[in-house]
Amino acid sequence: MAKKKNSTSKKARNSGKSNGHTSVDHAAGKSKLELINVYKGYGEDWEREEVLINLDLEILPGKLTAVVGPSGCGKSTLVNLIAGFEQPDSGEVLLDGSPITGPGQDRMVVFQESALIPWQTAYQNVIFGPQLRGDMSSEQMKEEADKLFETVGLVEFKHKYPLQLSGGMQRRAELARALINQPKVMIMDEPFRGLDAMSRELMQEFFLRIFEKNRRTNLFVTSEIEEAIFLADRLVVLSNKPAHVRAVINIELERPRTFQMLSSAKAYDYKREAMEILHEEALKNFKSSGKQSDFVEAFSARNE
Amino acid sequence: MTDAVQSAHDTTAVVAKRSKLRKLAENKTLWRGITAIVLFVLFWEICSQSKEWFGIQVPFIGKIPPPSAVLDSWVEVLQRPGYWQSWYLSFMRVFLGFIIAMIVGIPFGMALAVNRYFRDIFFPPFEVLRPIPPLAWVPASIIFWPTTELSIAFVTFLGAFFTIVINVLGGARTIDVQYLRAAQSMGASQWDLFRRIILPGTLPSIFTGAAVGMGITWEVVVAAEMISGGGQQSGGGLGFFLWSSYMGGSMAQVIVGMISIGIAGYVSSSLIRYIGQLFMPWRRIF
Repeated sequence: MAKKKNSTSKKARNSGKSNGHTSVDHAAGKSKLELINVYKGYGEDWEREEVLINLDLEILPGKLTAVVGPSGCGKSTLVNLIAGFEQPDSGEVLLDGSPITGPGQDRMVVFQESALIPWQTAYQNVIFGPQLRGDMSSEQMKEEADKLFETVGLVEFKHKYPLQLSGGMQRRAELARALINQPKVMIMDEPFRGLDAMSRELMQEFFLRIFEKNRRTNLFVTSEIEEAIFLADRLVVLSNKPAHVRAVINIELERPRTFQMLSSAKAYDYKREAMEILHEEALKNFKSSGKQSDFVEAFSARNE
Repeated sequence: MTDAVQSAHDTTAVVAKRSKLRKLAENKTLWRGITAIVLFVLFWEICSQSKEWFGIQVPFIGKIPPPSAVLDSWVEVLQRPGYWQSWYLSFMRVFLGFIIAMIVGIPFGMALAVNRYFRDIFFPPFEVLRPIPPLAWVPASIIFWPTTELSIAFVTFLGAFFTIVINVLGGARTIDVQYLRAAQSMGASQWDLFRRIILPGTLPSIFTGAAVGMGITWEVVVAAEMISGGGQQSGGGLGFFLWSSYMGGSMAQVIVGMISIGIAGYVSSSLIRYIGQLFMPWRRIF
């Protein structure tokens, strides 16, 4: 099983980088993700809980797609499906038209809580991917890593262990660890949660600069609408659980973005629109907390 | 010019050395520790010397010989080769049992953690055997094994084994799934996952298990040596030294034996801590 997964992801890798590994980022800005009629639930029969139903979503090439939704609506499940950690019960998850069968270097996840490996220094963490696959020479690996440490501003902290870094530094190191693999798609699962307000803003700006430079297809899951509007080209609002796409709002703010744009009338309208939908969904959650309505809702969901 | 540079180098080296000594001298934790021990010994000396206070003997401490008598007895014992042989024998038994427990216990615990079938089959019998105190195995192991030495080693092994396994199992199963997922995304094979994530992730628990297991091993060895009574094949050991001192009625020597075991246990666990720090540089940063 595991072997099979490996071989498919290897194939995808090779096709993506047929002309070898150079510092030009071929993978950036070209790949498209599609979720078609995806269903996903957990548990069996009467215990079963549907998390995603009839979810259709396009993550367009070179765009930053932000996903917001009520808390606990299945955003992380969505991330797991795209990353290939889990498989949908039905429906398709496609990367550039071919189905996703397992985790692979073409889709890198930056996790909610830092997933830097504590027993490796920042540098060892960053070169972890190329080292595992053995697809870069050691000089190349070092060169790429040094360049990335420069980009994320952690040159002096290269040989520190993750626990010696602040929260913001950990997130930047994790960004570097993802970027060295030159993924076709970056998946950010509430990456700045848990940071204090100040470092959060700095990280958002910092992340935007990186995105605006190479325009790598990006899925950014968050629970903060302002963050989503500040970063995104497209804002996807999910419904209450079981989740499907309630609305897609195109954010037409100029790039490069600045925080001032958040106080423009346009941004305010986007925010109000998204808030209204989210509020409706949150209310549903409130109403459906009783046992009986859960039952009715489950029935109506099935008959939809 | 070069001379000046050289001498400057020398002075900095001397200063560095001196400041290291000074740091040691200014180490409050160290001084507190020394003060506590000195006060304790003083208290003990006074209590056991003064036999009676206001017509009553100081309970417990009044009945045991004072530290000065213990020291006298110790100096005398140090010159006997038998005492050193006791140290050697106990250490050998502890380390034999302990090392075999590590060699068997770590892979066994890992297998329990990573393989569901293995766990389904071996965990229930393991859990039935685990609550049996190691000393309850003594009669059975005397029957199992041809020599007393082997019986003692076996009981020592059991003392450490269960603790190590349960720690390895717990440690390996609480590794954050995100580390595994991250590694998998980057193309890690099953072997990579084990070698780069699961094994280093379990190391802290392995060393916790080893430290606890080492303590139990000393307990077990001393008791087993007392029981075996130093038969023809397996004389000595610190436990036997203590027991024969008691039989010989030398209370001072009993206390020498007790303190010796305390020191031996401390040396063993320090060794484990030291090795643990070597293996886990990322835990040295605090």
